[in-house]
Amino acid sequence: MSDASILDAATAPSHWPEGLTRVPYWVFQRPDVYDAEQKRVFQGPCWSYLCLETDVREPGDWRATAIGEAPIVVTRDDKGAIHAFENRCAHRGSLICIDDAGKGAKQFSCVYHAWSYDLEGTLTGVAFKNGVKGKGGMPPEFRIGDHGPRKLRVETIEGMVFGTFSAEAPALRDYLGPEIVSRVERVFRGRKPVVLSRFTQALPNNWKLYIENVKDSYHASILHLFFTTFEINRLSQTGAIIVDESGGHHVSYSQIARGPTGNAEYSAQAIRSDSQYKLADPSLLHGFNEYPDGITLQILSVFPCFVLQQIQNSIACRQVIPRGPGEADLNWTILGFEDDTPEERMARLKQANLVGPAGFISMEDGCVGGFVRRGVAGASDELAVLEMGGHDARGSESRVTEASIRGFWQAYRARMGI
Amino acid sequence: MQEIYFAITRALADYARCIDDDRLEEWPDFFVDDCLYRITSAANFREGLQASLVFANSKGMLMDRVSALRTANIYERHAYRHIIGNPSILGVEGDLVRAEAPFMVARIMRDGATSLFATGRYLDVWRGAADNPKLVERVVVCDSSRIDTLLVLPL
Repeated sequence: MSDASILDAATAPSHWPEGLTRVPYWVFQRPDVYDAEQKRVFQGPCWSYLCLETDVREPGDWRATAIGEAPIVVTRDDKGAIHAFENRCAHRGSLICIDDAGKGAKQFSCVYHAWSYDLEGTLTGVAFKNGVKGKGGMPPEFRIGDHGPRKLRVETIEGMVFGTFSAEAPALRDYLGPEIVSRVERVFRGRKPVVLSRFTQALPNNWKLYIENVKDSYHASILHLFFTTFEINRLSQTGAIIVDESGGHHVSYSQIARGPTGNAEYSAQAIRSDSQYKLADPSLLHGFNEYPDGITLQILSVFPCFVLQQIQNSIACRQVIPRGPGEADLNWTILGFEDDTPEERMARLKQANLVGPAGFISMEDGCVGGFVRRGVAGASDELAVLEMGGHDARGSESRVTEASIRGFWQAYRARMGI
Repeated sequence: MQEIYFAITRALADYARCIDDDRLEEWPDFFVDDCLYRITSAANFREGLQASLVFANSKGMLMDRVSALRTANIYERHAYRHIIGNPSILGVEGDLVRAEAPFMVARIMRDGATSLFATGRYLDVWRGAADNPKLVERVVVCDSSRIDTLLVLPL
């Protein structure tokens, strides 16, 4: 497993030591690795978040989204079924839909040459197929049924729509595994999500640096002072890391502990994040008791590029879209639920300050990946060290661990064949 | 009416200088105590989506934004240059004035990289406009929903 079969360029760095505790920086840099990811990861046997069911609530509703670099359209047909297909005309490759979303569609028609598609993405018409006045047109052997954008398999869980290009991917719930499924369900509790806002955070780094960051429970209370000081999340709170069997999905959660919460350990490390910072208006943090299990923070990731977040009463879906080896878009969808009271909704609006591009506890995640990208710019063959918490990719009760990052690399290398 | 227009135009210029000169501790003083300040995007605003990038419904929450960016948040040193266009006065009711003004904000990173960071409009409600106008409400509607890296300094 040390040297990769796909890495055949003679001059390119390609070494990857055995085990999960080292990550070579070329994996964040090389265009050929990035290109291979599109096929092997994003279009491989993996499920990707597409949108919410409520985004395509009515028949004829559609929404544009993406898996990796591939543009996707999600639709709801007249019978109420949800479909997803590539946003790529079968003729000459133009985008079929050129807006973010729409309503009342009966069909789609490519603006370039008016090839038309039904709501399942099936090609139904070719303009001037039989020519004009008996001249021109498609040859008689042309069969409409042989052409069309690729259709995705679609499944939903708790109001979220996932899709995959792959016929081999297991069913969504089998892909996630029972533990991750139950952790998704505990966030929604059967309630219907409503969209409170959508923002995109343009990340100046490779998509995998953001995914590492999401899975990194070690950094959370060190980089993010806001978290730590108000004891929303301290490593000394009770909590745990769950890593699924593949390594690719994870959950990190914590709950407020009774009694002393280990302030002495924090002070001893002289970590910047142990300050005496006080809020002038602490109503920001006055949430409501939404989760009977007492869990105040749960970050859940699904391989490769989806994050479901519960930070107190701030619920969000995060979708990562790669935009080249050195850039990625982080799409935030801030959620509430249909049965929110006005007071609960106001608490969510206030707690939205915690997350997103201007989030008190998430803005740093927008810049830290760029710091890594620039830090390793001349160091393709050097290695990141991932030994916190040992060498394996198994869950633990300690969050002072990088096990879930090692799990990501385990799943990634399996998909990539590196 | 000319007085109102003049007072608001002057307040807008002072607001821009305050942020761009890095006198952020003075920034909350442009607002009344029970103010509303939020930053959203044109798409969210158009769809009536309620959540914001930044939401404050008290002057205290604005002060918390400043103290957080001074003491808590980590980001690379940078500054803004606000160019605020002429306001339109949309309505006057008692001592409240509804106004709108367009803005462009350039971001200057510590290495000198300068980019157009945000454009949009301020949807404002001012109080005491003829004398010393204060913001009762400022909804910052960015034209784009896409924020480069992070948004920490106020718009």
